[in-house]
Amino acid sequence: MIWTRGVASAAAEQSFVPASKTSTVKEPTDEPAAKMKKFHIYRWNPDAPTEKPRMQTYSIDLNKTGPMVLDALIRIKNEIDPTLTFRRSCREGICGSCAMNIDGINTLACLCRIPTKTTQEMRIYPLPHTYVVKDLVPDLTLFYKQYKSIQPYLQRDTPAPDGREYRQSKAERRKLDGLYECILCACCSTSCPSYWWNTELYLGPAILLQSYRWLADSRDERKQQRKDALNNSMSVFRCHTILNCSRTCPKGLNPALAIAEIKKSLAFA
Amino acid sequence: MPRLSGLQRDVLSLYRACLRAARKKPADTRANFIEFARREFRANASIDRKNFAAIEFMLRKGQRQLEICSSPGIRNIVPR
Repeated sequence: MIWTRGVASAAAEQSFVPASKTSTVKEPTDEPAAKMKKFHIYRWNPDAPTEKPRMQTYSIDLNKTGPMVLDALIRIKNEIDPTLTFRRSCREGICGSCAMNIDGINTLACLCRIPTKTTQEMRIYPLPHTYVVKDLVPDLTLFYKQYKSIQPYLQRDTPAPDGREYRQSKAERRKLDGLYECILCACCSTSCPSYWWNTELYLGPAILLQSYRWLADSRDERKQQRKDALNNSMSVFRCHTILNCSRTCPKGLNPALAIAEIKKSLAFA
Repeated sequence: MPRLSGLQRDVLSLYRACLRAARKKPADTRANFIEFARREFRANASIDRKNFAAIEFMLRKGQRQLEICSSPGIRNIVPR
């Protein structure tokens, strides 16, 4: 039995002919027509501060590019213009580095599809009303400073009852849904007209959402101090419910709702 | 002395702040800090006075540099 099988496999090996010898037909290469799309991108170089910012136009073939705007930017940087500068890291909408103004809407380049219509030209700017470091890179120093000012960490004086963990019920944990997902990309804050005019004093939707995240946390024990810090005319009450923040949030969160909850808790304290 | 514009006053006050920060540095390297500040301002003195965007940018850059250089950990600087 074993012997006969060995013969059969040897015969199969002998009759094997490589595909290059049997195939005579040339497969037609499937090269679709190039879909060239134009990208107008904001350029500004800090090494030549006397030059005005300008728009530079790149056209790239959508068939050879990934579906997202970030893919197009990376391709422009790799193949056309290595001086183009932008931040990017995770390419899947979890780091918030690639926040920019694409066709008039603040969003993450990695989550924004390129419209396949080639007649429409794309316009890409850095986040509005921020100081520009270079090209599409905004200076978020103040944004981070404001984030630091709300003390975004758990503050407690009493130790946990079992000495190990601060436990939460499922209902308490559910209050943090829609708050903890925020990645601080600054899309919402920089889309808020109220934040544009009072950048220094008004905290802005992203920071207030984080503020509320700690107010809503059942484990935090410094609620009163947190509320006192917010209870002035500038920090929260510059929000005029314009709702640009909720419209623009690339993660689909609702900072306006969080701000409304803060206002409510301040009003009924 | 002619009346200075707000921007001109900002530039001068930044320069004075730089000199004042240099006085807090150790005596043997103080001249380096002063020289550094002088050269930075000299190098950009040719910016057109109407080019507000550029001047404001250089002011912010200067503030940032001053903030870094005035930390006590920095004891010497090489004027370029």
